[in-house]
Amino acid sequence: MAVSQQAPGSAGADAVEVRNPYSSRPNWLYPSAIFVVFTAFVVYGVVVGLFETSGRYGPYLSPFFSPEIYVRVGGFLIPPGIWIAPFPLAFRLTCYYYRKAYFRSFLWHPRSCAIQEPHRGTYRGETRFWIFNNLHRYALYAIVVQMLILLYDSIAAFYYQGHLHLGLGNVVLVVNVVLLSGYTFGCHALRHLVGGSTDCMSCHRARYRLWKGVTVLNVRHELWAWLSMLSVWGTDVYIRLLIHGVLPHAAWN
Amino acid sequence: MARASTGDHVQQLRMSVFRGDASEGEMITYDVPVREGMVVLDAVLWVQANLAPDLAVRWNCKAAKCGSCSAEINGFPRLMCKSPVSDYGAELSVRPMRTFPIIRDLVTDVSWNYEVNKRIPKFTPSEKDAFDPQPWRMQQEDVDRITEFRKCIECFLCQDVCHVLRDHDRKDAFFGPRFMIRIAGLEMHPKDSLDRRPLLKNEAGVGMCNITKCCTEVCPEHIHITDNGIIPLKERVADLYFDPVRALGRRLRGGGREPDRGRSR
Amino acid sequence: MAEAPRETVETDVLVIGAGGAGMRGAVAAALSGARVTVICKSLLGKAHTVMAEGGMAAALGNVAHLDSWEAHFADTMKGGKLINNWRMAEIHAKEAPERVLELERWGAVFDRTRDGLIHQRPFGAHTYPRLAHIGDRTGLELIRSLQDVLVHTPAVDVHMEVTVASLLTSDGRVAGALAYARADGRLILYRARAILLATGGAGKIYRITSNSWESTGDGTGLAYEAGAQLQDMEFVQFHPTGMVWPPGVRGILVTEGVRGEGGLLRNKEGDRFMEKYDPERMELSARDVVARAINSEVLAGRGSPHGGAFLDITHRSPDFIKSKLPSMYEQFLKLAKVDITKEPMEVAPTIHYYMGGVRVDAETGATNVSGLFAAGEVASGLHGANRLGGNSLSDLLVFGKRAGEAAGAFAGAHGGSAPIDSRQLEQATERLLAPLRRPHGDSPYRLMSELQEVCTKYAPIIREEKGLREGLEKVLELGGRAQLCGTGGPNGRAFNPGWHTAQDLHGMLINAEALFRSAIERKESRGAHARSDYPRLDARWAELNLITEKTPDGMAVRAVENKPLPYELTEVISQSFKRYTPEEIS
Repeated sequence: MAVSQQAPGSAGADAVEVRNPYSSRPNWLYPSAIFVVFTAFVVYGVVVGLFETSGRYGPYLSPFFSPEIYVRVGGFLIPPGIWIAPFPLAFRLTCYYYRKAYFRSFLWHPRSCAIQEPHRGTYRGETRFWIFNNLHRYALYAIVVQMLILLYDSIAAFYYQGHLHLGLGNVVLVVNVVLLSGYTFGCHALRHLVGGSTDCMSCHRARYRLWKGVTVLNVRHELWAWLSMLSVWGTDVYIRLLIHGVLPHAAWN
Repeated sequence: MARASTGDHVQQLRMSVFRGDASEGEMITYDVPVREGMVVLDAVLWVQANLAPDLAVRWNCKAAKCGSCSAEINGFPRLMCKSPVSDYGAELSVRPMRTFPIIRDLVTDVSWNYEVNKRIPKFTPSEKDAFDPQPWRMQQEDVDRITEFRKCIECFLCQDVCHVLRDHDRKDAFFGPRFMIRIAGLEMHPKDSLDRRPLLKNEAGVGMCNITKCCTEVCPEHIHITDNGIIPLKERVADLYFDPVRALGRRLRGGGREPDRGRSR
Repeated sequence: MAEAPRETVETDVLVIGAGGAGMRGAVAAALSGARVTVICKSLLGKAHTVMAEGGMAAALGNVAHLDSWEAHFADTMKGGKLINNWRMAEIHAKEAPERVLELERWGAVFDRTRDGLIHQRPFGAHTYPRLAHIGDRTGLELIRSLQDVLVHTPAVDVHMEVTVASLLTSDGRVAGALAYARADGRLILYRARAILLATGGAGKIYRITSNSWESTGDGTGLAYEAGAQLQDMEFVQFHPTGMVWPPGVRGILVTEGVRGEGGLLRNKEGDRFMEKYDPERMELSARDVVARAINSEVLAGRGSPHGGAFLDITHRSPDFIKSKLPSMYEQFLKLAKVDITKEPMEVAPTIHYYMGGVRVDAETGATNVSGLFAAGEVASGLHGANRLGGNSLSDLLVFGKRAGEAAGAFAGAHGGSAPIDSRQLEQATERLLAPLRRPHGDSPYRLMSELQEVCTKYAPIIREEKGLREGLEKVLELGGRAQLCGTGGPNGRAFNPGWHTAQDLHGMLINAEALFRSAIERKESRGAHARSDYPRLDARWAELNLITEKTPDGMAVRAVENKPLPYELTEVISQSFKRYTPEEIS
């Protein structure tokens, strides 16, 4: 190959303050914000998983504890919060949006566009360690099952002790399922599976329509990813506050 | 143009431009009178015509259609002809693209890109299509997806910003976003019969991309390089190489290609 | 004694220019068995062809089933005011569909009809919707498709960013070319059995132009110097719709596709003024008519605020506009801060195309210099006095292929390249390097800008004798100064645009001089050549082409009679074409 050296540092690039003209925000803001929020979410999840034993309050079930199956392994009772966690974790870890988010915020590969990366190690992209990201579709299959369970939870919450139940928690659960659906069904792997893998769209009208549908959600995948993460978090916080009696149970009947 | 002066409020722009070659260089500041609607390329050409006749810069159409005048304005890769001076205030800096070797001033040696292009097999219809005496039939929805990729004007800003090439200098392992899009336009062409997934996985190095999307951010044609190009290609590569169930299925069926690929009515 | 080029490249066919015609020609020459070297001034794929927006005209009949080569031929001839080389127009109309379909098989992607065929859009002065297109970037599609084929043709070498300074001849036959690499300024001697010129036009001799910096008329200049005849140099097309405001973008093309998709032209008072100039075809009249109409409206004080007309497409839905005219939408939004889905555009005529150029044989693109061929905008004949939109892209393919094949065949028939005349080479080298030795010479930038002013002022849309003579005098005076010009500054050889500009100036001056001399001679108004002192079409001039050639006394222009149109083609032109089939009407 003729060319593999780069422009020398004499272009003064190292000293440049890079200003992204497409954004008025300083370029450290996005990665820093993501770093803080993700870290907080993970810490919260670990704390809940290790120190909280239940996610149920009356008709409501926290998505962290669904399905309510406690697994017994050699004398230890493992709450759903522990054994269910790998599935959404795998889905989000291999998600094409979250990959951008953590590669930028946590690994600084790169921190922000056109910003020089710190020199360290050998970069291999997603060819070695991160190669498991290619299994995103399997995480998707698992998460679709979980979605169905959460859908069931949100519907079941309308029925409590033989009566129709309608409370603030119902709204929270439904909103959570809607946002999670928007995220899950806008998945890039799903987009590929339903229609993206075909070259002749007109040969497969149904797949084409599905592909178009997934595409509508997919263009805002980042937004859905954030909203659904915050809604899962918020749902658990709400139910936990009910469990611990911090909030009164707001219900219309 | 007598009318030109009416709306003009002339002000000065302090523009520093990289002057030099591969061995040495420095930033030199020029004062440029600003006219309404002026773009950075206008300012550079003004300097060339009036202050520095040997200021080297590539440009052609000045209408964002040819992709020649790529540079880094305030450190960020952009087309100079599409960057109004008014976006920047009274000062700005212009540097050559950092990912490629400097020839002189703002001109870089982008020949590597042309070498890469040669390594991508050309559009290859099936025998049946190639010798079909009737005109081809394709529907609008069949061509819409690849139309986006074919908008590329080869400004190489995506190559410039891609950290795999820019910071890690892995030109040996990754073709870069521009050529992912090039391959996508061929791979998803309803009449192209080649399976380009082995190329993607191996030589082209689609796995080197970690989807941080800077290429999409800088694309002057607004091609969704990552979402519509690279990610679908990664998924196609996953079909062939990283999907154990599919691999098993292929083995049970006795190998061969996936059904329905490269086929059309 | 000038330095000798250290690098020599031997090839069968040398193609100068890598736009549509050059690439198509190179592929054709390679397919005919020749080794081909393509050289281009810019990077590959940046040629001016990428700016062609509307589409390529070919009577495929996919949208209007009545379309035929006869109709396309008749439109082309009428648009060119019958001064076209009729044989070229005939070949073009007959072969364009084949070339378009071939391009599709090479990977080009076009918008589709409901039946899945190539969609065709209506365009100015075409009787039927005829332009195969993809959105409004058809030229780019053509270039990318040809580029894909070209770089995968093993017999073809591409040398990018190389400029030819002179053609070398030997006993009336081309022998090669002296060129320099822009990057480091090294000299290269190309030796070739045949040379194909595909260098495009010379729009850059005007200030307000849709052309890129490359359109400096290199090919016409080189051919003229080598003894080839130029033809119809007075016909320079003003595209009716160029951007007007802000000043930085003045002249940038606004595709005719806007009018093809229903755009309306209005003056300051809101009138659709085309009613007065061509009530039948309105906005989709021929380019010369629309350009003069806008010019007249502005002169009559009914122009838009910045001296143009309003082009309005807002009655179409935003989605339609964004899908059919995406780059126009983007161009106005970014460069003029105008949202064309909500506001009208301001447009005025801009220099766009050279109908004139090197005189060629219709079948082969051969010039009168043995072994020298030309195709595309640099060649003359197909478009007559005015080119129809969409005819240039198909021109590139049809005649690029023919000229490439002919050049390949010529190279095959001649065992080796002609010998290089060392004195000629020395002179050419001397002229090329001279500006570098004149640190205090005139700035080439200033000369270029003065030349542009002269052409803009003295050879405008409407010309007259006095102005033309004055213009010619000024061009000659500039020519004298250019002989002594320097680089304007430092004299390095590595990518020195001052030096490059001094070279470009040479071709531009030849083009400008030929333009003025021919325009003075043609004492009538025809197509793009409109004169206030001879405002009418003159039947006697319909039979005459003006030839420009180099004589010992300098540039000379003379009229030659063109070949009479055969009877059956006269019939074709006078025939009236029905717009729609009965089914289409119902």
